[in-house]
Amino acid sequence: MTQVMACIDGSPLASAVCDCAAWASLRLRAPLTLLHVLDQQRYPLSGDLSGIIGLGSREFLLEELASLDEKRSKLALEEGRMVLDSAKQRAIEAGVAQPAVRQRHGGLVESLREIESDIRLLVIGKQGEGSDIQLIGSQLESVIRTMQRPVLITPATFHAPSSAMVAFDGSATTRKGVEMLASSPLLKGLPVHLVMVGSENAEGRAALEAARDLLTAAGFEVHVAMLADNVEASLNAYQAEHAIDLLVMGAYGHSRVRQFFVGSTTTNMLRSAATPLLLLR
Amino acid sequence: MLHSIKQNWFVNVRGDVLSGLVVALALIPEAIAFSIIAGVDPRVGLYASFCIAVVIAFVGGRPAMISAATGAMALLMVTLVREHGLQYLLAATLLCGMLQIGAGYLRLGSLMRFVSRSVVTGFVNALAILIFLAQLPELTDVTWHVYAMTAAGLAIIYLFPYVPKIGRVIPSPLVCILAMTAVAIYFDLDIRTVGDMGELPDTLPIFLWPDVPLTFETLAIIFPYSAALAVVGLLESLMTATILDELTDTGSDKNRECKGQGVANIFSGLFGGMAGCAMIGQSVINVKSGGRTRLSTLIAGVVLLLLVVFLSDWVSLIPMAALVAVMIMVCIGTFSWDSIRNLRRYPLSTNIVMVVTVVVVVFTHNLAYGVLAGVLLAALFFANKIGHYLRIDSVLDASGEQRTYRVVGQVFFSSSEKFNSAFDFKEALSQVTIDLSQAHFWDITAVSALDKVVLKFRREGTEVEVQGLNQASATIVDRFGVHDKPEAVDNLVSH
Repeated sequence: MTQVMACIDGSPLASAVCDCAAWASLRLRAPLTLLHVLDQQRYPLSGDLSGIIGLGSREFLLEELASLDEKRSKLALEEGRMVLDSAKQRAIEAGVAQPAVRQRHGGLVESLREIESDIRLLVIGKQGEGSDIQLIGSQLESVIRTMQRPVLITPATFHAPSSAMVAFDGSATTRKGVEMLASSPLLKGLPVHLVMVGSENAEGRAALEAARDLLTAAGFEVHVAMLADNVEASLNAYQAEHAIDLLVMGAYGHSRVRQFFVGSTTTNMLRSAATPLLLLR
Repeated sequence: MLHSIKQNWFVNVRGDVLSGLVVALALIPEAIAFSIIAGVDPRVGLYASFCIAVVIAFVGGRPAMISAATGAMALLMVTLVREHGLQYLLAATLLCGMLQIGAGYLRLGSLMRFVSRSVVTGFVNALAILIFLAQLPELTDVTWHVYAMTAAGLAIIYLFPYVPKIGRVIPSPLVCILAMTAVAIYFDLDIRTVGDMGELPDTLPIFLWPDVPLTFETLAIIFPYSAALAVVGLLESLMTATILDELTDTGSDKNRECKGQGVANIFSGLFGGMAGCAMIGQSVINVKSGGRTRLSTLIAGVVLLLLVVFLSDWVSLIPMAALVAVMIMVCIGTFSWDSIRNLRRYPLSTNIVMVVTVVVVVFTHNLAYGVLAGVLLAALFFANKIGHYLRIDSVLDASGEQRTYRVVGQVFFSSSEKFNSAFDFKEALSQVTIDLSQAHFWDITAVSALDKVVLKFRREGTEVEVQGLNQASATIVDRFGVHDKPEAVDNLVSH
């Protein structure tokens, strides 16, 4: 649980991820590791639907598939190396002393699960490779759901944030999140807006004040706000109004079943946010 | 969980749907042909193929493997159907499914590791030969039209893929069947068609309990068949799974596959189908056409049923000659031609195992016997080879009173004779040291051989010291050995 792990791929966001991870690594004084995963996506052969099996077709097919895989893997390996090298260069220029690089075979989610114990903060781009049309990367949600560590999600361009907003709902997750923030050097010195959405009630107010006290005690400059209903819209409006460039929130508090029917606040926020997003599990 | 459903079903939708269609089209002639081999209506094989493919898509352990009615299984049920009829076959199918589920829970899938590669090769070769032999009745005592159509059918199957553009998009076995059917209808040829072979399905399969008396007699009739079906079904399925593992470089759950085959066969039996298992040829076709997940298997089963139910009038017009051509393609594709080329390269023992497997299967028409013979033979050859790894040398010390025997290698039933004969009991010595620090004693034959050696030396008045039995050997010697127990000599003398 020591490293800032940055998920680097060939997408246009890789440089933003790299900047963002470098920033986090410097602030946390934690070593930076750049991770590239070679996903074994399999593609069908060149459309042979002839349905015949001739002399030795098993042996022949095995050779054909193996040589195709080999070519693909070699290319992917080389490409990954290049992506990682340029990311490393960029991280060094950003001031990180010795960024480590790791390259692994397998799916992104399973690879991250394997090395989860090393990760202190995971940095990942909002979109993946070849997903220009999609607003959020295809694997992003699975990654966030699998990880038990904080995840920092960056959009296509990254500027070091100058203020942060914490979306607070009084739940155990966000209270714990606030504690984490208070004890972490990541946002030290930035003004923090503690924002709660929902109808005014004593319980919520008390939780909010406790959180404010905690952050103030840790030396943060804290602003508190209560907003009316409609979580995403009011959060986005508040964020725009105060020019906040980092959003902190709990992620996926509900099950996939509920998400299927009513949708997920996290996914919606991911989609609409133009700033980096720090998700606390 | 949602993620794993996606992983197992929807990561390769386009490839899976296309390959599922190709497989469905290729399954129709095979299912009909295998029903005819078994001596039942084509309906039975088609229902079986549908049920097995659909069920195994959900419960199988190897994604993208195609299971349906197969030749290996059909060959086993011929006598049962001839002597007792279809209902007993359905009952046997149910029992076979139960046995396979049992095998899955007992983790017998892992026994596959005792089946060597040469046995697998022998199995597929024998399978190809049997399927080919089963086509011969269609090719004897017939007019020249049938030969001409079979030859033309084969020509279409193998040459059509070379047609640019469409050649690789339309399955050539389908083209063969369509063309041959059109020719037969156009010239109004008087040759046998699928319709002559029995009933075709006109409805979806319906649930029916096999109409057999639930008595011990019934069990006695069906059990031998069910057991053979279960064994052969699992063998072929697990071999096919291994082949697909290699082709796609992914893993599979062998024990889940055993249980899945069982569940699929139970469904098949309850819906009026015969027993089936994984198909090597179809699975290869599936992978070759781009199928990678369970979706391809499901599509194959569903499309097969839809095609057959709605096109049964047309299916009955297919000439048998076209089916024979397709089956010959399956034989050629299943046969491991590499194995013939490798005959000269491989050691004799490997070749003997392969050939014996083939010969036993072809003579008994039962793949289970062939595999049993092959596995036994392979084990014997292995034991024989390992037995060679035993060397015993000895040195006499300067005084001429003491000799040290050094044993290096494996001592067990096959090498114990060699072990015994290496000692010279006639030599008059006062002390013998047997150094076993680099030997391993595997079984009680080896232990008793050591006992005999020690006791024989003692009877000659020679002191014996056994050195350096390693730990594994020591336990087996302790449990079974007699030489370190006081009554040892009496025991040996009394024998």
